[in-house]
Amino acid sequence: MASASSPAGPPRLTWNALGRSTEEMAIQADWPAGITRDWTWGGSTGRGVRVCVLDSGIEGGHPGVGPVQGSYAVTSGPAGELSVTPVADEDTCGHGTACAGVIRSLAPECELYSLRVFGERYSTTGDTFITALRWAVEESFDVVNLSLSTTRRRFAEALHEIADQAYFASTVLVAAAHNTPVESFPWRFASVLSVGSHAVRDPSLVLYNATPPVEFFAYGTEVDVAWPGGQRTRITGNSFAAPHVAGYCALTLAKHPGLTPFQVKSLLYLTSDNVKGFA
Amino acid sequence: MNENDNLVATAAAFLGEAEHEHKELLASVVTVARALFTAAAASVFLLDEQSGELVFEAVSGAGEEHLIGQRFPASRGIAGWVLGALEPLVVSDLSTSPVFARDLAESTGYVPRSMMAAPLVYREDPVGVMEVLDPTPNFLTTLGAADLLALFAGQAAIALGVLRRNRAAHRMLATGQDNTELSQMARLLDQLGDDRRAASADLLSSLTRLLSAR
Repeated sequence: MASASSPAGPPRLTWNALGRSTEEMAIQADWPAGITRDWTWGGSTGRGVRVCVLDSGIEGGHPGVGPVQGSYAVTSGPAGELSVTPVADEDTCGHGTACAGVIRSLAPECELYSLRVFGERYSTTGDTFITALRWAVEESFDVVNLSLSTTRRRFAEALHEIADQAYFASTVLVAAAHNTPVESFPWRFASVLSVGSHAVRDPSLVLYNATPPVEFFAYGTEVDVAWPGGQRTRITGNSFAAPHVAGYCALTLAKHPGLTPFQVKSLLYLTSDNVKGFA
Repeated sequence: MNENDNLVATAAAFLGEAEHEHKELLASVVTVARALFTAAAASVFLLDEQSGELVFEAVSGAGEEHLIGQRFPASRGIAGWVLGALEPLVVSDLSTSPVFARDLAESTGYVPRSMMAAPLVYREDPVGVMEVLDPTPNFLTTLGAADLLALFAGQAAIALGVLRRNRAAHRMLATGQDNTELSQMARLLDQLGDDRRAASADLLSSLTRLLSAR
């Protein structure tokens, strides 16, 4: 098994699977046989699993997204206090609709909820992000898709605390790695499922990364996504790899209710295309 | 001209020289990026936060003769999306892109078929956008191209960030406006009597040790 550190220095920060084939990334696992994709999510539609997309909003009525069970946003009160309030099913830039469409394409019967953290100009603040994530964990969503991160280290401690709370409260946080080799949060934390892109145009291909911090790679290159105005477009980025993993988590939880994030992550590892060693 | 005026004039000259050098650096970044991606053009935009506009700061290729200084709304088009989402965007077919602002492209005199764009972030703050127009098609479908663009964007962001800071300093010198906390502190120190100035110097010395401690 590959080591995460080397005598040459600290571990290399990975953020995508560029230049590495599935064969090169093969991992020999000495686990008992029986854990297959079919066992894990075969036949599942994600029915009943509550998935929150913490992003720019989700456009309501988009044919590629289907029903949105609830839309919320972080809003600022008169004294600047932040709270989460219900809003219309709208998207400020298309990012959230794209992510929601990917999840829907894999888990057609999951319940989708939108939690908007981007403002009119898309950008968000660390405080807004923290308020939103804390609310999502308190609301006990089964899966939260986080195709965003902050590079501001002063928010890392609070995000880390919430990520750990989610981990023990059975909310699976799926976090996209930054698209460039920089440190950002919360994808760097072990209590989330962190996702980068691989370069293969195959939504079913999921790879485990033996040299984290990014733990999984999924389809994030030239992804055909839903876009506001009932449109579609092709887009590349780790942001669109993460909802693939969120979709598989929803399928798994629908078939095996009550699994913890640790168990879901373990199943995702055992069913990754590059993890070998089963009957 | 008194000693202070001399200092101001010298500082302004240095800042002017630095402006020239950083513009050269930006021009070099876009020239190399354009060559490496064998693209029709590469450009860097500076974000003008006050006006909410993006300003062409460096261009190589199509439009390089007339685009410098031209302004666009910072909330529109691919550049606006990239700046807002703080995420790179690679679009292989702009004719089907809902984000692309064709009217803005037409106003530059060149309408690309494909585009790569990356946000420029300096010390955690967005300062602009870098775009590469019509790169060789095989760059448009690889993760490696986005990584490569990010490297150029990193260089451009440093140059742009420093350029922006220098311009702010230059403006302050030119207008005599000098309201940063540090300069206010320096002025107050200068006005103190000997005893209090010595005590303040001790305090500043302690603060310097504290801030430089590792």
